[in-house]
Amino acid sequence: MFFKRKRNIPDGLWKRCEGCNNVVYKKKVEEKYNVCPECNYHFRIPTSERIKIMLDKNSFEEYWKNMLPADPLNFKDRISYKDRIAKEQKKTGLKEAATVGKGTIEGKSVIFAVTDPRFIMGSMGSVVGEKITRAAEKALELRLPLIIITGSGGGARMHEGIISLMQMAKTSSAISRLQEAGTPYISVLTDPTLGGVMASFASQADIIMAEPGALVGFAGPRVIKETIKKTLPKGFQTTESMLKHGFIDMIVERSKLRHEISKILDYCNSNTNN
Amino acid sequence: MSKDTHNLENTILELEKCIQELKNNSEQDSSIEIKKLEEKKKTLQKEMYSNLPPYEIVKISRHHLRPPVSDYINLMVDDFVELHGDRSYGDDKCIITGLGKIGNKKVLIIGHQKGKTTKERIKLNFGMPNPEGYRKALHKMKLAEKFHLPIVTLIDTPGANPDIGAEERGQAHAIATNIAEMTKLKTPIICIVIGEGGSGGALGIGVGDKFSILEFAYCSVISPEGCAAILWKSKDNAEQAATALKFTAKDLYELGIVDEIIPEPTGAAHNNPEEMARTLKETIVRYIEELQAIPIDKLIENRHNKYRKIGCFLDGE
Ligand SMILES: [Zn+2]
Repeated sequence: MFFKRKRNIPDGLWKRCEGCNNVVYKKKVEEKYNVCPECNYHFRIPTSERIKIMLDKNSFEEYWKNMLPADPLNFKDRISYKDRIAKEQKKTGLKEAATVGKGTIEGKSVIFAVTDPRFIMGSMGSVVGEKITRAAEKALELRLPLIIITGSGGGARMHEGIISLMQMAKTSSAISRLQEAGTPYISVLTDPTLGGVMASFASQADIIMAEPGALVGFAGPRVIKETIKKTLPKGFQTTESMLKHGFIDMIVERSKLRHEISKILDYCNSNTNN
Repeated sequence: MSKDTHNLENTILELEKCIQELKNNSEQDSSIEIKKLEEKKKTLQKEMYSNLPPYEIVKISRHHLRPPVSDYINLMVDDFVELHGDRSYGDDKCIITGLGKIGNKKVLIIGHQKGKTTKERIKLNFGMPNPEGYRKALHKMKLAEKFHLPIVTLIDTPGANPDIGAEERGQAHAIATNIAEMTKLKTPIICIVIGEGGSGGALGIGVGDKFSILEFAYCSVISPEGCAAILWKSKDNAEQAATALKFTAKDLYELGIVDEIIPEPTGAAHNNPEEMARTLKETIVRYIEELQAIPIDKLIENRHNKYRKIGCFLDGE
C-alpha cells in the first residue's frame, strides 16, 4: 500500500503543470490529451476521459457497472470505510476504482479495463479484483484481446485487509488462463502504478506499455526513502527507468496509445472472430 | 500491552520465581508443590495466550526467540540439500530453497530467512527478500514440478525489500511472476505462515493448494505500522491498525482465507520449538497425503477455484 500525494490545483482557465511548474492554458492542455504543451507532462485523467481517448467513439459498452464495494472487515480508521467509499463516490462520480467493458480500438474489438487513481488511490479491493478477473474471463470466452490501463498509487487496498491481498492471486490466476489460451493481454501503466497492482496483473501482461514520466514500481518512494534514509536518485521509478532496466516493452505517448495497441493486435490475434 | 495481559504476565513471573525457589531449596522435598504450581502456571499461560490483542500477537510473531525457518529445517527435515542461485543475477540468502525429506515425503522447501542473532539478521536483511530471492524460488519450484515433488513454503517476512536496487531489478515483476506461476504449477503447493506474512513479500512464495498459519503468526496486506502511518498519520496508532486489519490467525480463519490454524505449544513456538516442529511436520505430511491423492488437473482446478471465490462485494444486478 503506497500513496503519492499531489497538490490540488484550483479550477479555472489556467493550471500549473506539475512537470515543468509552468502555468499553462487549461484548454490547450485538454485539447492535447491532457498533456502539457511545454514539457510533455502527462496529467492524470479520469476514467471517462480515458475511455474517450482510447476507444472508438461510442463503442464502449460497460459491464458489471452496478458492482459496489462491501465492507468485509467493518473497517474504521479515522473515518469508517463505508463513509470513505461514499466520499470517494461523490468525489469521482464512480462506483469503484475499476471500470470494465467491451469496445473497439481502430475497429478491433477488445475487452477494456481501467483503474482510476482518484478513487481511494486506485487501490485494489474486492471490486477491482473481481472486475479484472471477470474481464479476463470475458476476454477468454469471447477470444478477444484484453487491454488494462492501470493507475493505482494504492496497490492492494488496506481497508479490505487480507481479502485485497488475495485479489492479487485471483486476478493473476484468471489472466494466466487467458494467456495459456493464446489470447493477448496488453497492459498500459499510467501514473502512478505501484504496490499490489504492479506486483500482480499489471506486470503479467504479454506486452507492457507505459505513458512517459509515470511513477511505477513496487514500494512507494516515501517508504523507500524512509527505509534507506537517503534521497532517491533523479528519475528513479519512472517509466523511463523501467524501460532502461528492461521491465517494460515500450513508452508510448498518450496520443499514440490507440494506434500502437492496434498495430500490435495485428500481430497477436489468436483465432478470433474480429 | 493490555492491562489484563500485563497482570497475567506478572502473576506468571511470580509463579516462576516461587517454583525456582522451591527447586533451589534442597533441604525438603517439594516436588508435589512444584508440580501444582507448574500446572497453575500452564493454565494461566494458556489463558493469557488465548486472549492476546492483535498487536501482542504481532510482537510474538516477531519475537527474537521465535524459531526461524532454519530451526524448522533442522528439527523436521532429513537429508536437506540447499540449492542456491536464481540463474540470472545472484543468490539471495533471505530466501532459502532446498530439497529435503519431511517424514517419508520428499519435498522442495522454500522459506524466508530472518536469522537468529543480530549479526545474522542484518546479513539476511531482516527477512526482506530481493527480486533474486523470488526468482531463485521460482527456479527451484520449476525443478520441483519437473520431478513431481510437493512444494512446502514457510512464510516469515515483514515484506519484500523496499530499496533502490530491488526496484531497479524488478521487485514487482519478480513477485507478479511467482504469483502467476504458482497458480498453475503442476505439483502440490503447501504454504504456511510461521511468523510474519507481510503483504506481497509473503504472497511471492504464498500461493498454493493449502494456506495455513501458526496460531501466533499473522498475515496482512500491510504492516500495522505502515497502515497506521497512512490512515492515522502516525505510527503510534499501530495497535488500532492491528485490530482494524483483522489479520490474526483467528480472523483469517473466520474470513475463510486460511485452511487451518496450526496450534502452538503453551507460551508460543519459542517456548518449545521441538514440539512446534513436531506439530508442523505432522500437519505437512497430512497435507501432502491429502493433496497427492488428487489428480493433478483437478488440483490445479481446485486451486484456481479457491482464489476465484475470494472477494466480498455487492453485485448490484
Ligand atoms: Zn509542463
